[in-house]
Amino acid sequence: MNSEGMEAMTTNTGDHGGVALDVEGLRMRYGTTDVLREVTFRARHGEVVALLGPNGAGKTTTIEILEGFRMRSAGRVSVLGTDPAHADEAWRARVGVVLQSWRDHGKWRVRELLAHFGSYYVPYATEAVRRPWDTDELLAAVGLSDHAGDKVRTLSGGQRRRLDVAIGLVGRPELLFLDEPTAGLDPRARHEFHGLVRRLAAEHRTTILLTTHDLAEADKLADRIMILSGGRIVADGTADELARRTAGADEVRWTCDGRRFRHTTAESTAFVRELFREHGEAIGELEVRRASLEDTYMTLVHEHESGSGGAGEAFGAGEGQAAVSSR
Amino acid sequence: MNATKAKNAKNAKNAKNATNPRKMSLTKPMNPMNPTNTALRAGWSRGVIELRQSFTNGADLVSHLLWPVMMLIALYFMRDREFGSSGLLLGTLALPSILGMNAAMGMVTMSQLLTAEREDGTLLRAKATPGGMRSYVTGKVITVAGGLVADLAILLIPGMLLIDGLAAGSAGSWLTLAWVLVLGLLATLPIGAILGSLFPSARSQGLIQLPVLAMIAISGIFYPVTSLPDWLQTIAQATPIYWLGLGMRSAFLPEDAVTVEIGDSWRHLETAAVLGVWAAVGLALAPVVLRRMARRESGAGVAERREAALQRVG
Repeated sequence: MNSEGMEAMTTNTGDHGGVALDVEGLRMRYGTTDVLREVTFRARHGEVVALLGPNGAGKTTTIEILEGFRMRSAGRVSVLGTDPAHADEAWRARVGVVLQSWRDHGKWRVRELLAHFGSYYVPYATEAVRRPWDTDELLAAVGLSDHAGDKVRTLSGGQRRRLDVAIGLVGRPELLFLDEPTAGLDPRARHEFHGLVRRLAAEHRTTILLTTHDLAEADKLADRIMILSGGRIVADGTADELARRTAGADEVRWTCDGRRFRHTTAESTAFVRELFREHGEAIGELEVRRASLEDTYMTLVHEHESGSGGAGEAFGAGEGQAAVSSR
Repeated sequence: MNATKAKNAKNAKNAKNATNPRKMSLTKPMNPMNPTNTALRAGWSRGVIELRQSFTNGADLVSHLLWPVMMLIALYFMRDREFGSSGLLLGTLALPSILGMNAAMGMVTMSQLLTAEREDGTLLRAKATPGGMRSYVTGKVITVAGGLVADLAILLIPGMLLIDGLAAGSAGSWLTLAWVLVLGLLATLPIGAILGSLFPSARSQGLIQLPVLAMIAISGIFYPVTSLPDWLQTIAQATPIYWLGLGMRSAFLPEDAVTVEIGDSWRHLETAAVLGVWAAVGLALAPVVLRRMARRESGAGVAERREAALQRVG
């Protein structure tokens, strides 16, 4: 339903067939080290995409190149139809960046700061997109209405992060970048933040690219997950698709005549059917654990970190880790 | 010119809407306002807001008052002491010089603010906003210059009541004050912005204090420059601080005080020329240096500096 709406909107404006992000062969090199190698992906308008990967995988470098904050070494990058390395202020007005604030603007009051940043977007209002976002509406949307008159430095970590989001959104961006948005938030603040991002995607059809090293977060928020490891995108798909990707990841456990058994298979349903046909009543304590995103993630990241081509070997290690964390 | 432009744009838009009233545009601006004007206006309001903050917050207020009050106390004890055999009072000579020095200190303030706000992410936020950098710099100039003028008034007004023998009050002296101050700020603030862009962290900003203090020591602020050796006089005359001090003395001292200056002259022409050269060089270089610095700003850079700063605290 989401994509249908976007389709109608994009045909209306003829905006590059609905592609908001188009990255091809992106490479980033510091000295002799390649931080990013041949990164290629696309994101459609209205899509929420998570860039998932361990620390040091190149997530922040990727997002900063797309934000226009960093120059790339090679490759083609198009963000809303423009190369961010040569983008102008009008492009900047269509892109929202949620920064991780630290102590900037500490003496400003919340409402004052938001209204101030909103004023920059006035010349970029169009008939379809009213800019900026009304300050009080936006404060309500991020749940900061009660703190409108507070000084920024008195806000808690979670409140500050919500203000960061509000500042990223005040120009009603078509595309929003979130780099590690929930790092340092407590579980409750994280939960509230997830709700906010989902609302943005659902109600405002904002295209969102977020980076995270938190699997659950990527699973919860993103329509599509890309796993970045060692400077390459090693997997790209929905959480389900990725979970299915690793062949034989389902685990079946059972007892038969008092003995415990364990088997991993890609076709768990067929396997269980066969199991019952053969042993019938003798089967007890049946347990099927579906392949999880976590399994795939561990497998892929391990594969690329150890640089081993042997998928079987890598998978074994991945399974072991997944089993430990699932208990 | 802008008004006609805006009007034309509006007419064009209306004409277009008339032919195709239902067509909504995502990219065509609805509000034909000039983005540059918006950025400058945002910069102005930014400057005014931060200026107001610095006068409504305890810690900042103390820093505004501390220096002038200390100077006034020093002046009070110097007020009856004569300088050499010239018959001039030391306090009378010192007050305008201190004004000149304070005006020059805007350079240090600018530099420190820029480095600190690069470190804390203020500049990155400006970079993420359309027209943000232009507005940031505009705002900073207004905050620093406005704060400086206020600080000068805090020192000058009680100083005039405390110190005898000033030639203040005539229209000529205020006019001199005005042009020396404006030209002085044009000469010093861009240099401050350049220094602030070059220093990597707030901590290394401490280094900038040393050459500035050295410049103040030889600039004839506390002791007439004519009593220094020739080579030091030459160095002093290359700095904007000396000329700001001289300009201020020419505005506030009686005509006979000119005898303690180099060449027995207020040298207005030279003052304008030296400050003008500094201003021209600074204004030419500052945008280049600022742009280069802004280009290098990134979230990762801010995060790195945050880590470094937090480790220092811990």
